[in-house]
Amino acid sequence: MPFRFAADRLGTVDRVIEARNLTKDYGSKRAVDDLSFTVEPGVVTGFLGPNGSGKSTTMRLILGLDRPTVGDVSVNGRRYRDVAAPLNEVGALLEARSVHTGRSAYNHLLALAQTHGIPKRRVQELIDFVGLHDVARRRAGQFSLGMGQRLGIATALLGDPSTVILDEPANGLDPEGIHWMRHLLKGLADEGRTVFVSSHLMSEMALTADQLIVIGRGRLIADTSVEEFVARASAKVVLVRSPEQERLRALLVAPGVTVSSGDRGAIEVHGLTASEVGDTAAAHGIAIHELTPQQASLEEAFMSLTRAELEFATLGDVEQPAAGVAA
Amino acid sequence: MSSLAPAPRIPRLARTGRVTQLHVLVSEWTKLRSVRSTTWSLVAAFGSTIAIPAIAAAVVANHWPHMNAHDRADFQPLDVSLAGVQLAQLAIGVLGVLVITAEYSTGMIRASMTAVPRRLPVLWAKAAVYAAVVAALLTPAVVVGFVVSQAILSRRHIDIAFTAVGVPRVIFGAGLYLTVIGLFGLALGAIVRNTAGGIAAFAGLMFVLPPLMNVLPSSWNAAASPYVPLQAGEALMRLHRGDQLAPWTGFGVLCLYAAAAIALAAFLLRRRDV
Repeated sequence: MPFRFAADRLGTVDRVIEARNLTKDYGSKRAVDDLSFTVEPGVVTGFLGPNGSGKSTTMRLILGLDRPTVGDVSVNGRRYRDVAAPLNEVGALLEARSVHTGRSAYNHLLALAQTHGIPKRRVQELIDFVGLHDVARRRAGQFSLGMGQRLGIATALLGDPSTVILDEPANGLDPEGIHWMRHLLKGLADEGRTVFVSSHLMSEMALTADQLIVIGRGRLIADTSVEEFVARASAKVVLVRSPEQERLRALLVAPGVTVSSGDRGAIEVHGLTASEVGDTAAAHGIAIHELTPQQASLEEAFMSLTRAELEFATLGDVEQPAAGVAA
Repeated sequence: MSSLAPAPRIPRLARTGRVTQLHVLVSEWTKLRSVRSTTWSLVAAFGSTIAIPAIAAAVVANHWPHMNAHDRADFQPLDVSLAGVQLAQLAIGVLGVLVITAEYSTGMIRASMTAVPRRLPVLWAKAAVYAAVVAALLTPAVVVGFVVSQAILSRRHIDIAFTAVGVPRVIFGAGLYLTVIGLFGLALGAIVRNTAGGIAAFAGLMFVLPPLMNVLPSSWNAAASPYVPLQAGEALMRLHRGDQLAPWTGFGVLCLYAAAAIALAAFLLRRRDV
């Protein structure tokens, strides 16, 4: 349990986001539906779902910007609203811009720092850290999307928070920025912080996250590690190539196990793991030329898990789910 | 999962403070002074509060020999000095609306409320900082406008002395009036949360409501009109009482409107999603 050690380094054990039966209605539309999950410290937890699945709403609920219709959510055991030094406890980057366009990046950060009596030195330090030094005195309205994201990161880290909540942080970043972001998230988690990052891009989460919370149409679909997530979605399928194909096929077929013809003379065994197939072949002295577990990609896993959810969705409810996952 | 390069070192914060009303006041002061449009609007309000009385006084002083006896008898030297307040009240009210609605239109409000999730300290601080700035800037402006315009009028010996009965109350009252008007605008902005709507609400209640009273039966109109915000507030700036309420009673009524609007804004801020 490496993260336990890491958590202890910051001196607190109870560093979690905990949602219990979280539900949010906007008029007659249910944006978040009975969501319960826990986000642990020391690892990067990806918050995954198609566009419009309720990720941003959930994050607003955590930050107390929106009030849940039913249920509640706490950070480190308390409602965010009841925290004495909120920026020290949670740092947030929200997807929609949250910056006055007429104010410079420096003054934006300064005004937020001052609510907690955080010194000016800290503001300059973070401007340098996110690489906005040259544009810090420019009006934030002139910033590119990527510069806006960097300013958002500086805002999130201002109070040296034990929990970091980032909504689509990779949006608008160039490849170098995305690379930097990935390392930043790992670094934050390695220091024992709780890191909760949303994305609609499976591929991005595959590279960044350790744990996954997957939602669709506001409902929890999966709460698991990245490995388990893939394993769960991959059926037990093994591709086998052998000179004694027909003999092996006869030996393998059993209740719950089917064998079909794969491409170029191979056979596909459904219902057994690669080691089980290998053991059977060895026991009967059958030569094996290829034995490949067919693992689903994260994309496939995500699609198979969310497909059921998406099928309920009308076109207007979920914007381009396919495009969101494929990229 | 990738381990290509060491993670960037996140700078640590040695000492963390906590949210206090004083801290939020300092923050709101930074916000107010760091937006250029706000600064320019305040400078414009300051300048016009001095310049308009000066110009008006110069016009009257030049025209005085050509004015008939009736116009001369009607002339109120103090009104010339308050000519700038008429424009300033619009600017101050609209800026009051903007101080809060700009946070909603830009999304800044989400950052503000994430930093101060209890929310109300932000409203109190915004109101206090804006009121203090308006009072500190426009009270001297009204005084300077008075001194300059009366100096110009004195060439024709038609000026009024600062020491005349009621004049200090009118002059300093104008500063108070503008301050409360600013708070009224800010509260309306906080209730409506939208710039166009906030300005419409402010202009409607201040400047459209009084003429609208004329559609009422005249006895109702006479009874109700002194209580609309504009008339009530202006009572403080009248040297001689006409149809208005007594000066401080009228000002008290305006304060009640502003207080009620702020109370409603606070109630809604606690309840609504940001």
